[in-house]
Amino acid sequence: MTYARVRVKRRTLMWIEILLFALLIITAITIVRLNDLFAAAMLSGIFSVLCASLFTLMDAVDVAFTEAAVGAGISTVLMIGALALTGSREDQQPTRLGPFVVVVLTGAMLIYGTLDMPAYGDPGAPIHQHVAPEYIAGTTTEFGIPNIVTAVLGSYRGFDTLGETAVIFTAGVGVMALLLGRRKRQGKVESTDASGDGNG
Amino acid sequence: MSVKPPMRMREKVLLRVASQVFIPLILLFGLYVQFHGDFGPGGGFQAGVIFAAGFVLFGLIFGLEALQRVVPLSVVESCVALGLLIYGGVGVSCLLRGGQFLDYGVLDHHSSMHGQHLGILIIELGVGLTVAATMLAIFYAMAGRGRT
Amino acid sequence: MEALGIWNYWVVVLLMMIGLYAVIARDHLVKKLIGLGMFQVAVIMFYVSMGKVTGGTAPIIPEDVPAEGVLYSNPLPHVLMLTAIVVGVATLAVGLALVVRIREAYGTVEEDELQRMNGAGS
Repeated sequence: MTYARVRVKRRTLMWIEILLFALLIITAITIVRLNDLFAAAMLSGIFSVLCASLFTLMDAVDVAFTEAAVGAGISTVLMIGALALTGSREDQQPTRLGPFVVVVLTGAMLIYGTLDMPAYGDPGAPIHQHVAPEYIAGTTTEFGIPNIVTAVLGSYRGFDTLGETAVIFTAGVGVMALLLGRRKRQGKVESTDASGDGNG
Repeated sequence: MSVKPPMRMREKVLLRVASQVFIPLILLFGLYVQFHGDFGPGGGFQAGVIFAAGFVLFGLIFGLEALQRVVPLSVVESCVALGLLIYGGVGVSCLLRGGQFLDYGVLDHHSSMHGQHLGILIIELGVGLTVAATMLAIFYAMAGRGRT
Repeated sequence: MEALGIWNYWVVVLLMMIGLYAVIARDHLVKKLIGLGMFQVAVIMFYVSMGKVTGGTAPIIPEDVPAEGVLYSNPLPHVLMLTAIVVGVATLAVGLALVVRIREAYGTVEEDELQRMNGAGS
């Protein structure tokens, strides 16, 4: 591919990225404004798919894969399951000034903080100088597997992944403790259960 | 109130037939992602979620009881712990073979590269098991809540 | 020109603030969790966009092509964020489970009503 064609391709990709980011922001604002939470949960699935597309454009295929599987699959199902138990209408509420001011101020401070950051996609940025080159070189010589992300996940950062798996385990145990606990002594607490349901 | 949609879903022919075609494919794809993670995008985290999604789809269409006949809650509960134990067990077996914790190179006598490859494969299996079982356990907890 | 090069961080900040607004301004607890999820996606987007290299490719080394001279995006943020997404959905589930229990105990999941009930009870 000639140099000019690479440049054109890069520019096209940048415009696609900007378009996707714009759609992402529009979706996010719509989710916050909606009062019907079933619609908001479905839109958050679309939000995840848009994110996954953006991650693909940023060359993070593994992250995109995870986001698509988790965001559009499981978390939408969980959200709708929870909404079925809690009710899906949100009370109409006026736009309040206080939170808006807080958010604008925080955002302004964060943007001030980004002014020192290296440019988007700069190969000379500090993040690319330290361990990443060693990981990329070592994956071929030490592991002989093509996917660098798997090598870093499993071996270079094995402790980290062990910790993350333990967090998932703990979260699963927590959910089971919160929601499955009462079912085993169903006979004893049936009366309180029935009155609790009567509220809803 | 959450009980009714799955009951009615079971009677829809289109959903039932389509899900019977798709669920084996989803599970097969989950296995592919699990064991092909070294070569392409994928790995235990994604495979676990995809695998759980296949079972959740089955549960949504055919009802929670049918799903619990296929995968009982006790199996799910023990798999949540089993995956993490596999991961930790690989680390400990590295220790016992004279290496450092989670240093898979010692798992194979002949080549450190094979050892590393084996170690990554096994820990990914542990991760996939824990993630899939946790997602399924969460689904059981949420879906079972509405019917007691 | 230099300021235009960091537009990705500004989008991330905008996204983060939309999430934060949902957390502090809306009363429905599930809506707060959705906002929290948005905030989390913004953080993930921040990391992944830092790992992007212009002209780079996905960090997968093809077996038959020599690795020299190919530019890969930084794999480290990808690894950290990949696990963070799955941990995020697990913690989201814990939050939703708490919301379900709150609903069963109080009969509502609107924050202002919950606070009113707690104030009246004490």
